[in-house]
Amino acid sequence: MSLTPDDVQRIAHLARIEISAAESAQTREQLNAILAFVEQLQAVDTTGIVPMAHAVDVVQRLREDRVTETDRRDDFMAIAPESEAGLYLVPKVIE
Amino acid sequence: MINSSLRELSAALAQKKISSVELTTLFLDRIEQHNPTLNAFITVDRERALGLARAADAKLGAGETAPPLTGIPLAHKDIFCTRGLRTTCGSKMLANFISPYDAHVVERMNDAGMVLLGKCNMDEFAMGSSNETSYFGPVKNPWDTARVPGGSSGGSAAAIAARLVPAATGTDTGGSIRQPAALCGLTGLKPTYGVVSRYGMIAFASSLDQGGPMAKSAEDCALLLNAMAGFDARDSTSLDRPAEDYTRDLDKPLDGLRIGLPKEFFGAGMSEGVRAAVEGALAEYRRLGATTVEISLPNSGLSVPAYYVIAPAEASSNLARFDGVRYGHRAAEYRDLIEMYEKTRAEGFGAEVKRRILIGTYVLSHGYYDAYYLKAQQVRRLIAADFQEAFKSCDVIMGPTAPSVAFKFGEKSADPVEMYLSDIYTIAVNLAGLPGMSIPCGFEQGLPVGLQLIAPWFAEAKMLGVAHRYQQATDWHTRMPEGWQ
Repeated sequence: MSLTPDDVQRIAHLARIEISAAESAQTREQLNAILAFVEQLQAVDTTGIVPMAHAVDVVQRLREDRVTETDRRDDFMAIAPESEAGLYLVPKVIE
Repeated sequence: MINSSLRELSAALAQKKISSVELTTLFLDRIEQHNPTLNAFITVDRERALGLARAADAKLGAGETAPPLTGIPLAHKDIFCTRGLRTTCGSKMLANFISPYDAHVVERMNDAGMVLLGKCNMDEFAMGSSNETSYFGPVKNPWDTARVPGGSSGGSAAAIAARLVPAATGTDTGGSIRQPAALCGLTGLKPTYGVVSRYGMIAFASSLDQGGPMAKSAEDCALLLNAMAGFDARDSTSLDRPAEDYTRDLDKPLDGLRIGLPKEFFGAGMSEGVRAAVEGALAEYRRLGATTVEISLPNSGLSVPAYYVIAPAEASSNLARFDGVRYGHRAAEYRDLIEMYEKTRAEGFGAEVKRRILIGTYVLSHGYYDAYYLKAQQVRRLIAADFQEAFKSCDVIMGPTAPSVAFKFGEKSADPVEMYLSDIYTIAVNLAGLPGMSIPCGFEQGLPVGLQLIAPWFAEAKMLGVAHRYQQATDWHTRMPEGWQ
């Protein structure tokens, strides 16, 4: 199968990446080439094979529920593109 | 001095033949002289480095036993967060990012007393095999500046090859330590997944990413890994194991060593010069007492397509954090929140990173998850199982690291899939979580060829010994490109 121009715009929107009309055709062509390349996986019989999500089988560690971090709010806010009074500023989302 | 091993540098510093300030100044001056040509470093902080060197000299002079790497200069791949020193990950997105904390690897190397000179150039977000995707421009290969150094840890590789720094860190998600090590004539090691903490290492594909050392020899890599490896509670996949001395098997004889040669790695696809150099290395190993046995990794041909589903899927999720809100680039103009995200990410990411995010988004999207992502994870298990089977009849696997020597700029950058095939021999190792190395084993038309070593989980010390014995018997790893004196 192959992606249509609408598919590319839909994926780009899901990924929150603006794709201009000029970029769209080349992006579509390259994505289709990559998808055609990975298509060979479909020919493999994987009946009953447990998916391998990770390189080593480890279980999530748990830790004691206590404060381990120091308060470095100012350090973390200092690198934000826009902040005020200890809050991150973004365009208005609720009218 | 620029060709000295880490052990020699350590001895010279301990015996006060040279001070860390002198050694650091020597390499800083070399960076100043050659980096404009090579573009191996994105950030160099001379004052910070000299401050660290003075502290190292104080430790060395205090009479107490300083850790063995104290006072030796080091460079970090610019994927490792360094507190107070810019960390870009090769991206416009983080072009002005100053991390508020150090990566675990950075802490460990500081604790080891190593002197950080600066941050090495890399493919953007470690996505590339040629260093051509860096926002800060491509790195040149010191063996031929018309050619790529490999990637994504290409800056680290070029810096060591031109002797601008004795050692550097790299990261390897699909070959990003081993392939540039091969293309620049170096020794590089990707540890078993979970041996080196990923804390503060900017994430690309979390189930595959692993940091490791790059240097001129296996012995240097063993010393570096001693400092780098260790449990870290802040990385949820860090393995809590007893500390190891990775130098312990360096002098172990090779008698009885069984080297597995995957027939899939010796078929068509590798250049004749690479084949000749690898065959030469295998003959040397047989001379040193090892035996070779043919093995098969029947699913290894599926590793590149499986990787290009799994890695982009993980990347699309990891890179969702770059939204222009908490740190990094933010677009200048937008009408609402969605447009702010879309423009920020369109401006901040380069073409290859966008391609991988889009592929990852697609394979994880509703209706396609099972067909792509789950399927790739099933194939991943088949690939990993092949190695387990193979290690029943051999101790270490060998083959080429890369199918060709360093290629020219632009040669593969127009066709993403062609570029992806640069990692055809390295990617399976990441999917299986195994340790792997590349060591220099010859030249094709004046360009270095790498021999890849693959070992069972946690067999780094043994693998380093196998590499070291070869390097005791040959001198490929001591060769230095001309023009960087």
